[in-house]
Amino acid sequence: MPPAIIGRKVGMTRYFTEDGKNIPVTVIQAGPCVVTQVKTAESDGYAAVQVAFEDVKPRRSTMSVIAHDAKAGSSPKRIHREFRCDNDAEAEGYELGQEVKVDCLAECKFVDVTGTSKGKGFQGVMKRHNFRGLEASHGVQRKHRSAGSIGGGGINLGTGPKVKKGKKMAGQMGNERVTVRSLHVVSIDEERNLLLVKGPVPGPNTGVLFIKTPTRLYKPKANAQAGKS
Amino acid sequence: MELCGRTANSRDTRPMSNNTTPIEIVESIVADQLKGNDDLPLMGPGDTIDVHYRIIEGEKERVQIFQGVLLSMNNQGINRTITVRRIVANEGVERIFPLHSPRIARIDVIRRGDARRAKLYFLRDRIGKSRRLRDQRRGQKHIQVWEQSHAQKVAEAKQAAKDAEKSRNEAQDAAK
Repeated sequence: MPPAIIGRKVGMTRYFTEDGKNIPVTVIQAGPCVVTQVKTAESDGYAAVQVAFEDVKPRRSTMSVIAHDAKAGSSPKRIHREFRCDNDAEAEGYELGQEVKVDCLAECKFVDVTGTSKGKGFQGVMKRHNFRGLEASHGVQRKHRSAGSIGGGGINLGTGPKVKKGKKMAGQMGNERVTVRSLHVVSIDEERNLLLVKGPVPGPNTGVLFIKTPTRLYKPKANAQAGKS
Repeated sequence: MELCGRTANSRDTRPMSNNTTPIEIVESIVADQLKGNDDLPLMGPGDTIDVHYRIIEGEKERVQIFQGVLLSMNNQGINRTITVRRIVANEGVERIFPLHSPRIARIDVIRRGDARRAKLYFLRDRIGKSRRLRDQRRGQKHIQVWEQSHAQKVAEAKQAAKDAEKSRNEAQDAAK
């Protein structure tokens, strides 16, 4: 089964378990997707499988994408993503045009979800990096939300003519690729291609998400996945 | 959808690829978790109610009754909650219950109070006798009609459940 699927965030709600536990869940419309390309070390230098999601009107697409999807026997798709495989044999296990549905995650108790976070625009250091700002009084003037000193900044020393690289400053916040790791899978609706995960995921409602099997799990979650108590 | 106070975004009402809007999808998911009208009594702010709340302690389960004045009803759909206030040892205690939680076994209306507003937060500042509300006089006919039909529905549901069990037992006996 493929370890990944493309979806769209639907929205959040709450979910009561039978014993009355109240779980905040995000509803994701996951798939159905189509395998549109199989990459091997020979053909592309690495092993991977590309999947595509959601039909697009041909006139909204480009000839190159239409032809690319047609090779897999598929109608033109809007979103293409790929996941890496360990070796060629694994990648070749997938056929062009093979359908990928949400039941590919049926055995997963946890998933990683990647999306694009909501853009917050150009933000100061207090909102962007949780700095505490300067004091309200004691002679502070017009600098209550500023970062304070940024150091002399030798490239790696903290002294010298330049500011240290990666120094936390004001700037664009949000609208970047974010991965939330090992989210609990609450339930899967194979009929309607819906996936319910516990907690929030990045991006607005109807934002595109890439859902994968978890890359790594911490011990309690790994035990839960393996079925140990 | 459970909008939690914000207004519907155009994103929430625009159809997705399978021609349903996000709102419809979320509503369909929570639909079977919602309690029906028959499972809940007719109640409003000002009423004194008994909330039968299931408490699970390890293996055992018991029901605790929280009696108090219904201060406000908040949110819509599956997020619907009620705020209930009671006085314990001269100290005001307020609890917020999610109405559709399976932990709420039952709600009984003890007294119907006359409230002229939806949120009775002014009761928090009241002390002694002024804390009490007048009994409701308006709209009693309406309530009586509802209660009668509700009682009938509950009885019918009970009867139906009984019949179903009976027929099931008979079928089992026949199979033997």
